[in-house]
Amino acid sequence: MPRDDLAALAARHGLSVSGARPSLPQYIRRLWARRHFITAFATAKLTSQYSGAKLGQLWQVMTPLLNAAVYYFIFGVLLQTKKGVPDYIPFLVTGVFVWTFTQSSIMSGTRAISGNIGLVRALHFPRAALPISYCLQQLQQLLFSMAALLVILFVMGVPPALSWVLVIPALTLQFVFNAGVSMILARAGAKTPDIAQLMPFVLRTWMYASGVMWSIDTLLSKHAEWPSWVVDVLRANPAAVYIDLMRFALIDSFQASQLPPHVWAVATGWALLAGVGGFIYFWKAEETYGRG
Amino acid sequence: MADNASRTTAPLDERAPTVIADGVDIVYRVNGTGGGRGSATAALNRILRRKQAEKAAGTRLVHAVRGVSFVAYKGEAIGLIGSNGSGKSTLLKAVAGLLPVENGRIYTDGQPSLLGVNAALMSDLTGERNVHLGGLAMGMTREQIKERYQQIVDFSGINDKGDFISLPMRTYSSGMGSRLRFSIAAAKDHDVLLIDEALATGDALFRRRSADRIREMRAHAGTVFLVSHSNSTIRETCERVLWLERGELKMDGPTEEVMEAYETFTGDKKTKKKPAPKPAAAAPKPAAAAPKPEPTAAV
Repeated sequence: MPRDDLAALAARHGLSVSGARPSLPQYIRRLWARRHFITAFATAKLTSQYSGAKLGQLWQVMTPLLNAAVYYFIFGVLLQTKKGVPDYIPFLVTGVFVWTFTQSSIMSGTRAISGNIGLVRALHFPRAALPISYCLQQLQQLLFSMAALLVILFVMGVPPALSWVLVIPALTLQFVFNAGVSMILARAGAKTPDIAQLMPFVLRTWMYASGVMWSIDTLLSKHAEWPSWVVDVLRANPAAVYIDLMRFALIDSFQASQLPPHVWAVATGWALLAGVGGFIYFWKAEETYGRG
Repeated sequence: MADNASRTTAPLDERAPTVIADGVDIVYRVNGTGGGRGSATAALNRILRRKQAEKAAGTRLVHAVRGVSFVAYKGEAIGLIGSNGSGKSTLLKAVAGLLPVENGRIYTDGQPSLLGVNAALMSDLTGERNVHLGGLAMGMTREQIKERYQQIVDFSGINDKGDFISLPMRTYSSGMGSRLRFSIAAAKDHDVLLIDEALATGDALFRRRSADRIREMRAHAGTVFLVSHSNSTIRETCERVLWLERGELKMDGPTEEVMEAYETFTGDKKTKKKPAPKPAAAAPKPAAAAPKPEPTAAV
């Protein structure tokens, strides 16, 4: 049969093009319909992660604690970054945990499509479910770390305060931001797998610029001569913003004056920009995932 | 679409098509081949000049399916045959909308689904959790899974020799694993069903059960596509056969006609004389099938 006839036959019987990209509202509806898959996939990944180890799920808490201990040894003891930072241990541990959340979300997001190509080629679901699910897995991991953090705070004598409630909006905004960036990189990583090799270096550079182990505030007060745009860039850095928000929420001695100006607006802005932008960017290539 | 229908009036007796492939080309891109295989410069090239220098950077194009057109109608069971690497599975994935086509179009009625859930399962999780995960991945609701959970487990026969469903899947024998995978995949009803070979594995009893289940699903589904290297399975299940060779559609017609040509092509002509044996009857282990009276494969 000639081509025109086949297209006309399809049109007469109301057949739709297979593998075509759904409209954005349709895509969101389908994604919502798969929400249980997203959570189940995240939980499954999390629990299978340590199922081979003898200590099992205890590693969920041990891994972040060991990380924090290493950073304390290097930056607190050897390099003496803790000078001028009160409550340095909670300060450092909060920074490490919050940063790790963003870092591992983005890292696993980069491989979300390319590492699950079998799944993408076997089953039908909105592909955005994968990067979102990986971010959710990291959020669950962070909640384990936060439990460890609360113990540390308690041991270090930081009193519980009402401001701890601010953890919830701060984490929500950070999750949206992470998911957005993950989706951007998931699309990039699906086309060019080499990105996954490059990302660790980008992320490490980003980490050292985000005040994870040192206080941006202390640094800036020491270098008053720096041009104002450097100050602006350092303070508007989304990772630094989310880290500082969490410190402000949890640590008594971390004052509001140490936060960058309009911090909640900046945090929301980053979340919306990355979240909405990343989602649309990811959706634009929906029909091409699975090729290669 | 409705406006179109009024202009081009369809003959009343026209059969309803469920899948239309219109000049479909499918191309795989494979990185890390050719000249600068894996070298640093080749990698840099790939990142910087993806589009312009695909060949130079060592990306090879594999033309898996070329110019395939066919129309499948409601109620048909269509076999896909051809030698290894002829593009059968690739075509099936494209019909399912899982692999993008390079040229041409595939139109479908509803969402065709591939019978297979392997990729969603995790070997470190228990069988029980994998049933839930696999069901959710296929788009079942939590209620549907809860409702069918027992049927899935019973059908797989995992618990026949003790409580295995609460053990991680990595502890299963390969036969047990594939039985559970098939049981999960077969738990859902599909409009257009695509079955890739090697799904119905396991012992004789389970093979018979899964063959029954496939027949049952055929009755519910609008159209069934079956990829298989077993000529007898194709003869038993399908009334129409598409023969692919090197990605091109070599023949499309009634089963017997195409199979005869195919067997001449492969030099398999002699075996054709025998009427296709029933798979269960041919199985070498009658003991396994004997003790139970024909189990009803009600999943």
